[in-house]
Amino acid sequence: MKRSAVVRLYSLCKKETLQIVRDPSTLLITFLFPVVLLCVFGMGINLDSNVVRLGIVAHDTSPPARRLVETFRHNPSFEVIETARESELGDAVRAGRIQGFLVIRSDFSKRLVSPALTTPTLQIVTDGAEPNNANFVAAYAQGVIGAWSRQELARSGQPVPRTLTLETRSWFNPSSVSRNFLLPGSVTIIMTVVGALLTALVIAREWERGTMEALLAAGVTRYELILSKLIPYFVLGMLAFLVCVVMTHSVFDVPLRGSLWVLLLVGSAFLCSALGLGLLLSTVLRSQYNAAQAALNVAFLPALMLSGFVFEITSMPLPIRIVTSIIPARYFVSAMQTLFQAGDVWAVISRSLLGLTLASIGFIGLTLIKTRRHLA
Amino acid sequence: MTPTLIRLSALIKKELLAVLGDKQSLRLLIAPVILQLLLFPFAATLEVKNNTIGVLDEDGGPVTIEIMQRLTQTPAFDRVLLLSGQQQMTDVIDRQEALIVLRFGPQFSQKARLLRPDHVQAIVDGRRSNSGQIAASYVQSILSEVKLGTAAQVPGPTVSVRHWYNPNLDYFRFILPSLVAMITTLSALIVTAMSVAREREQGTLDQLLVSPLTPWMIFVGKATPALIVAMFQATIILLGSVYGYGVEFRGSLLLLYACMVPYVLALVGIGLFISTLCSTQQQAFLGVFLFVMPGILLSGFVSPVSNMPAFLQTITWANPIRHFIVIAQGIYLKAALAADFSENLVALSLTALVTSTISLLLFQRRLS
Repeated sequence: MKRSAVVRLYSLCKKETLQIVRDPSTLLITFLFPVVLLCVFGMGINLDSNVVRLGIVAHDTSPPARRLVETFRHNPSFEVIETARESELGDAVRAGRIQGFLVIRSDFSKRLVSPALTTPTLQIVTDGAEPNNANFVAAYAQGVIGAWSRQELARSGQPVPRTLTLETRSWFNPSSVSRNFLLPGSVTIIMTVVGALLTALVIAREWERGTMEALLAAGVTRYELILSKLIPYFVLGMLAFLVCVVMTHSVFDVPLRGSLWVLLLVGSAFLCSALGLGLLLSTVLRSQYNAAQAALNVAFLPALMLSGFVFEITSMPLPIRIVTSIIPARYFVSAMQTLFQAGDVWAVISRSLLGLTLASIGFIGLTLIKTRRHLA
Repeated sequence: MTPTLIRLSALIKKELLAVLGDKQSLRLLIAPVILQLLLFPFAATLEVKNNTIGVLDEDGGPVTIEIMQRLTQTPAFDRVLLLSGQQQMTDVIDRQEALIVLRFGPQFSQKARLLRPDHVQAIVDGRRSNSGQIAASYVQSILSEVKLGTAAQVPGPTVSVRHWYNPNLDYFRFILPSLVAMITTLSALIVTAMSVAREREQGTLDQLLVSPLTPWMIFVGKATPALIVAMFQATIILLGSVYGYGVEFRGSLLLLYACMVPYVLALVGIGLFISTLCSTQQQAFLGVFLFVMPGILLSGFVSPVSNMPAFLQTITWANPIRHFIVIAQGIYLKAALAADFSENLVALSLTALVTSTISLLLFQRRLS
């Protein structure tokens, strides 16, 4: 590069940096947004412990039925609301006040003694409108009923049937805290916002106001132009990334088992792809409003929904799994979760780095092509 | 027509032209809705399917073979990976080649036949501990189906399980009504916040302020396009979910659209509030973001509100997204009536009242 080019690039970067520093919203999104979002994820989103409000109608008041109700009452997963009428509980389910209810039929204890009849004496009804809770209610209620059955057998001195049991250990995350995988994943969202959304807006503004043409007319080459946009926002993005890493690790106690340089490497690779996407969108759309809408839909929402950080990619149908393979956020999420909890597992990291590098080259390359087209 | 009405209708016409006037903006209001309608109902699932389970079988007896056969029959696992040693066990977990691995010790079958079974050891990938736990619970239920010995099992009570509104617990039935809330939220906020900021940036807001239009009229003018865009997008989603996904709309369509009015007004109020604090479109957009991200995350869509700490649960009462998700889901899936979600409707209307009053006052202050 010629000396004049270096000088030009330096002054362009300086101009960009001044713009960043002078706009409070940029700094707010870089430093406040990560803090707010990590707090929301760290405290508000909890996929582990569910306390479910369960209604119970006992049409049978015999001691075994009472003991069954008590077993439910003592289970920490349930908050039991007992009523006399089924219709009341039906209304409560419709209004979403309870997640399900259990009906103990009047012939419950009679049939325990003569189990020849096969019609059910216990009925569990769940609110299927929330499938995750419904599954939980059904599985846990059946577990409680099973535990109660074994207690009853033991009480009457009968042999308790043996079943096979599973002894589960959760690697990397022994107490299975969902925060430990949600927080490293949520860094993706923050980086997408800072990288893609912010960049898309800022550069679209230059096109909107015509200052981009002015720069190009002043003899700035498109490489210099794109580099001058990339470098300051890269620095800004990495600062946001550091805020995330420090907060995740030291405030929310998520272990950080990987090495810092790998973390920074993966972070920069993702940031480049996000910046590239932001640049591309603003170059193509050239209006802040449209660039913002587009960035929201092609960068932000996929990062939230298709990156595997809340919703499992393997559980999605095949066509969608194929779509996720072109979403950079997906590679970043898996690398972040691995780096925080497992360490430098190169089998995972190298795959992620490859995906992120390809995405960065693709987006930045397309931006270069589009910039030239617009000039001609 | 009175002068007020003429002015108002002219203003609304102008606002509609600003939002829907050019093809690119129009495309950006429709295309994403269709894209999300195609992708998200399939993507947003907390089920565990198509996973790989690793098995280290040091026994090879009849019981472990039976278990493995049962494992392959559940949709949770589409592949059983036979492992040859402990080292491989740790490797497949590290590399995320399997979500869960099981280990059957030597003489497992023999001990099981003698009714003194060993535990089955399982290791799950803690990086995905939520899915790992669900997978482990599937394995546990398979294990408890395996009969040990010849002793007659003492039957417990017979239990029937019914899932109301969604008998097969399909996730998309849960997602589609929520999607109505999510997509309209983003659009309504962005349309209002950005339109004021754009006018300010381009200097047309000053023209608007020196015109005979009152702040009240400007509010209506800004609220109308947001309402139209939100209802239009909601209609696309509703049509798609009824005719595309075959999810029956059980409640009153009129009630849903009626509830959308206070919802959009609450959002318009927030959008205008954000825009009065901002001087550029960039700031307005980022401001919207700073509100909408926590708003969506704390709406009960990702994880239930009841799982949140008490102080956050209190805060979510002011979150319009939370209430509208309850309302949309209730009307769509459960044929809920206004009485069923009266609390939510009241909270929503209060939020609408408060946010629109504040934004009107702020507008007025800028005028004087």
